[in-house]
Amino acid sequence: MELLPTIWFVAIAVLWTGYLFLEGFDLGVGMLMKGFARNNTERRVLINTIGPVWDGNEVWLLTAGGATFAAFPLWYASLFSALYLPLLLVLVALIFRAVAFEYRGKVDNPRWRARWDWAISAGSFVAAFGVGAALALTTTGLPLNANGDREGGPFAWFSGYAVLGGLAVVGFSLLHGLGFLALKTDGEVRHRARAWFVRLLPVLLLPMAGWAVSLQLLSGEAWTIAAVVAAVVAAVLAWNFARKGAEGRAFMSLGAFLLLGSASIFGAAFPVVLPSTLDPAFNLTVSNASSSDYTLGLMSIVACIGLPLVLAYQAWTYWVFRRRVSAAHIPEAHSFLPAIAAKALAPKD
Amino acid sequence: MDALEIARWQFGITTVYHFMMVPLTIGLGLVVAVIQTLWYRTGKPEYLRMTKFWGKLFLINFIMGVATGIVQEFQFGMAWSEYSRFVGDVFGAPLALEALLAFFVESTFLGLWIFGWKQLKPAIHLACLWIAVIGSVFSAYFIIVANSWMQHPVGVEMVNGRPVMTDAWAVFTNNTALVAVPHTLFGALAVAGGFLLGIAWYHLWRRRHDGIDTIGADGKVIPGEAAGILGRDRSDHTVWIRSLRIGAVVAMISFAGTAVTGDLQGKLMFEQQPMKMAAAEAACHDGTGFSVLSVGNLGAKNCDDIVAVIEVPGILSFLAKGDFTTEVKGVNSLLGEYQDKYGTTLPDNPIYGDRAGQQIQYVPVMEVTYWGFRMMIGFGGVAALAALLALWATRKGTVPASRGLMRLAVFGILAPFGANAAGWIFTEMGRQPFVVAPNPDPSGIDQVFMFTAAAVSPGVSAGEILTSLVVLTSIYAVLLVVEVKLLVKYIRGGVASAMPELAHAPVDENEDNTPRGGPGKPDDDVLAFAY
Repeated sequence: MELLPTIWFVAIAVLWTGYLFLEGFDLGVGMLMKGFARNNTERRVLINTIGPVWDGNEVWLLTAGGATFAAFPLWYASLFSALYLPLLLVLVALIFRAVAFEYRGKVDNPRWRARWDWAISAGSFVAAFGVGAALALTTTGLPLNANGDREGGPFAWFSGYAVLGGLAVVGFSLLHGLGFLALKTDGEVRHRARAWFVRLLPVLLLPMAGWAVSLQLLSGEAWTIAAVVAAVVAAVLAWNFARKGAEGRAFMSLGAFLLLGSASIFGAAFPVVLPSTLDPAFNLTVSNASSSDYTLGLMSIVACIGLPLVLAYQAWTYWVFRRRVSAAHIPEAHSFLPAIAAKALAPKD
Repeated sequence: MDALEIARWQFGITTVYHFMMVPLTIGLGLVVAVIQTLWYRTGKPEYLRMTKFWGKLFLINFIMGVATGIVQEFQFGMAWSEYSRFVGDVFGAPLALEALLAFFVESTFLGLWIFGWKQLKPAIHLACLWIAVIGSVFSAYFIIVANSWMQHPVGVEMVNGRPVMTDAWAVFTNNTALVAVPHTLFGALAVAGGFLLGIAWYHLWRRRHDGIDTIGADGKVIPGEAAGILGRDRSDHTVWIRSLRIGAVVAMISFAGTAVTGDLQGKLMFEQQPMKMAAAEAACHDGTGFSVLSVGNLGAKNCDDIVAVIEVPGILSFLAKGDFTTEVKGVNSLLGEYQDKYGTTLPDNPIYGDRAGQQIQYVPVMEVTYWGFRMMIGFGGVAALAALLALWATRKGTVPASRGLMRLAVFGILAPFGANAAGWIFTEMGRQPFVVAPNPDPSGIDQVFMFTAAAVSPGVSAGEILTSLVVLTSIYAVLLVVEVKLLVKYIRGGVASAMPELAHAPVDENEDNTPRGGPGKPDDDVLAFAY
């Protein structure tokens, strides 16, 4: 076992965890656009809690993908090509979702808004489910041959773990989104979000707990099993804090749940990065899938400088936009008179 | 079509589409940052209006670049897994660094800029835009470093059949990248220049057409006001004439920039990928002449029936070497050299599937390279010439009343986009049949190359790639219509469409609109901007 590939395995686990922590709540808020938000003003409250930050959060996904490409090209190549169609769905979902945030308010028309609301809500759901399925499958395995290519056709990747992982990230994101709304909004939305958080926590965290536990059964070690137990404790704490109205602590406790859960999952998978369900000899591991030490060393230096900077300025963004958003802050829809519209003045030519 | 052909179409379509949004993002971002700086320094209301208006269009376009950019990163692994395995050690790093050092900066600071008009002090708010824009320039640098390595691999050695990075400095200062980066940035600015010019022309024309601006006895414009139309005041005239002039100047400077950097790039390409440049010229035989017009079956991939109808002697040598006499090798003599070095048939390796043993087609599709090269230069030159004429035509402070000229100016917006697309299509198609072109330098690493035929994902079926091609192309088409419609709506709305506050208070007396006014009262600024 080599040092640098191990460090980069941890780094990629950290990037995925950062992605799930940050984009987790904005995916959750996105899904809550339907079902939770009751009218246009509430939907605008929801969008505006994540407005300044969702794009920065999504870059964690790009960075996790890019870092996997650079540090473990064979892992990146096998995982992404084996999951061709599910990842296509994720891409479509992310495209619609991103455009929807920006375009939704640009035309003052209920039908226009309703379409983009669906894009945000369904897009967030599909993206969360797809990412969850892909992450679960990279821990439980895909039918890969000796070259790392998928055998058995376009749907050969499918297994119960894909569904479990998909539900895990959807459930976690929904709960995390509720916790975020309780923390970032005021008035009715805040109270409803907190009530839903308390009520739904056990259901929404169950799939992620299931994924973590099943991985312990497959390849757990003492410390990863301890991490699962600690994660459950963190979830109980989150529930208790939310019940008492300590929204900040509930949010952080749920973050601790994610961190511990993710440590238990990636820790149990290590050193295999992508098992082959056809033959363990074809497993991609930290040592056989990684880039050269030279490349990893270069990336390590840049990451040591770059990642703290990212954390610092993203934290600053949250500080700048720290105030709670409530329905009272939402300005009227912006309907304007186009400068061109006043035909009355125009002489006919 | 098999998986390889479909995957190539998909990569081409998604990349060209993505690269419609990208140059506008980079170019317009730089322009808006300069304009906001002018506002910050002078406090003149027209600069605020320009910042808000062009900033709004910038954002409508920016998000499409973001949305389509994710596809690009995923596509390498999804459709080109053999390529990813082969080059990952060296190619992955610039992609990862692009995300870590550029995308984070771009997206985070742009969020601060969009939402932070009142939360941030004006100087910091302005700095956020500059940081975001510089981030986008850095992202261009990193992705071009990655692309340039495919054009001209450096800084690696072969270990177990794969290139492994040994010299990061060489990779990140690849001379191919060092000339391609400024070429691309000037190309992006050309797009922004044409965009400003065309749209500002339209509004100036509209003001004349609506009888707001009139022409005095000296031929100079007399800006007027239309009481009934929000935002159509005297200041509005200043907004458009200044935007037009900035656009025209930017367009001309950037064309000069693309010409100078393009010439450097051409000279490098004659050394690094001589076949690409010979194909750009449809130059079959060795010689010195530049073809102005060649006829014959350019698509036939052989030179026998191509005739240069008009040829200027010496110019090709000048493009390649800087003199008028050096013979430049044509397709026919290069073909033999390539076959000697890299073989005549695709190796008998399972990676090539049915293609193993096929003849290697070293000559790129010449109708694409020949015309792509000329469209790039032609569109760019026409746009720059039009910008010069536009400056002259507007010297009296407004545009001619002609509707036809206005239409020309508006459709002229497309020319720099065309030049950008043609340039990329030329350079990527010209690299074929290689996905990683061999580095012919004697000190180079000759065995580091990869045929495109070996790069596609072996485990992915043609049906899957066809599905994604159809899905992505349809979505892109729909979104293009939506984006253009929104842009048109906001363009037609004029400044008022990006500044609802114009309806409430006259700009000049409104303290919120002074750049040094400082943050407003805390209760007002939870949402200075709301989706």
